Amino acid sequence: MSALELLIAIAGMVAITLLTRGFFFLQRSQLPVPAWLTEGLRYAPLAAMVAVVAPEVVMTQGQVITTWKDARLYGAAAATAWYFWRRDMFGTIVAGTAVLLALRLTLGW
Amino acid sequence: MSEFVAAAPALWRHPEFRRGAREMAGVALGISAWGVVAGVAMANSSLGTAWAVVMSLVVFSGTGQIASLPLLSSGAPLWVVWATVLCVNLRFVIFSLQWRPYWVHLPLRWRLTVAYFCADLNYFTFVRRFPDPRPSPEQWPYFWGGMVVNWGSWQVSSLLGIALAHQLPMQWGLSFAGTTALLALTYTMVTDRATWVAAAVAACAAVAAYALPLRMNILVAIAAAVAIGVLLDHLNPKATRKVAA
Repeated sequence: MSALELLIAIAGMVAITLLTRGFFFLQRSQLPVPAWLTEGLRYAPLAAMVAVVAPEVVMTQGQVITTWKDARLYGAAAATAWYFWRRDMFGTIVAGTAVLLALRLTLGW
Repeated sequence: MSEFVAAAPALWRHPEFRRGAREMAGVALGISAWGVVAGVAMANSSLGTAWAVVMSLVVFSGTGQIASLPLLSSGAPLWVVWATVLCVNLRFVIFSLQWRPYWVHLPLRWRLTVAYFCADLNYFTFVRRFPDPRPSPEQWPYFWGGMVVNWGSWQVSSLLGIALAHQLPMQWGLSFAGTTALLALTYTMVTDRATWVAAAVAACAAVAAYALPLRMNILVAIAAAVAIGVLLDHLNPKATRKVAA
C-alpha cells in the first residue's frame, strides 16, 4: 500500500472506532430500543469478556484441545483460585502467568 | 480545549480521579501485556515502524489494529479493512447504549472525546463503580482517572513492543497475562446465579461459534448470554437484582 492509501485506511479506522464507541450517545435523540433489550444488555459486557477469554484458554488453532497437558488450563485454574481467595486483580494476573510459565518451561506443556 | 486545561488541576485533584486511576491500575499489568503483544505484531507486519507508531497513537483500539494488520500488509481493498474493523468493534455499539445516560448531556466535543477513549476496560470499571445509569458529578473525574491509566499503559507498552519487537522472548507468556487480566475482570462481574449461567452459556457459544469469521463469535456469545439472562430474569423476577455489570 502507498503512504496515501495507508493514511486513508487509518483515518477510516479512527472514524469507525469513534462511531461504534459513541453510536448511541453521539447523537442526542433517543433511538428506539425495547425495554427488555436494555435490561438484558447488563449481561453483554460479561459475555463479551468470556467470549474472548474462553477460546484463549481451551482452544488451539481453532480446535478445542483434547489433552490435559496444556499449561493454560492450570494457569487459568491458578488465576481463578487466586481471585476467589484474595479478590485481587494484580495477584490474579501474576499467579496465572507464573503457573503457565512454570509448567511450560519445566514440563513443556 | 483551553477550558479543559484551566479545569484540569481541579479534575486530577478530585478524589474520584484517584479512585478511577487506582481501580484501573489493578488491571494495568494485563493492559500492558497486551500492549506489548500488539506492538510486536504491528512492528513485525510489513507496515514498518513509523506507520505502526502512527496507528498505535491514533486508532487506540487493540482488536481493530490487530485485525486490520494482515489485511493492510497484503494490500486488501480499503472496504475490506474497514468492514473488518467495524465487525470487531460491534461490541462497542452495545456498550455505547449503556454509556448513553452518563454522557448524553455533555457538549458534542466531550462526547467525541469520550468516544475516542472509552475502551473496554474503562467501560467495565465505570459501570461497576456507577451501576445506576444517572449522571453525577463524580463520574467525569472518575472516567478521566481510569482513562489516563488505561490510555497511558496501552500507549507506553505498545510503543515498547514496537521498539523491542525482535528482542522479546516468550511472547505467549505476555499474551496469557492479558488473558488472566480479562479473567479477573470477568469474575468481578459474576455476582449471582443469573450471571454465572449467562457466563457459562457465553463461553460455550464463543467456543462453538469460533469458526465464524471476523470474531463474530463474540456477538453470538453476547446474543446467547442476553437471551438466557432475560429468560432467567423473567422466570424468577424476585431473584433479579442489580448487579455490577
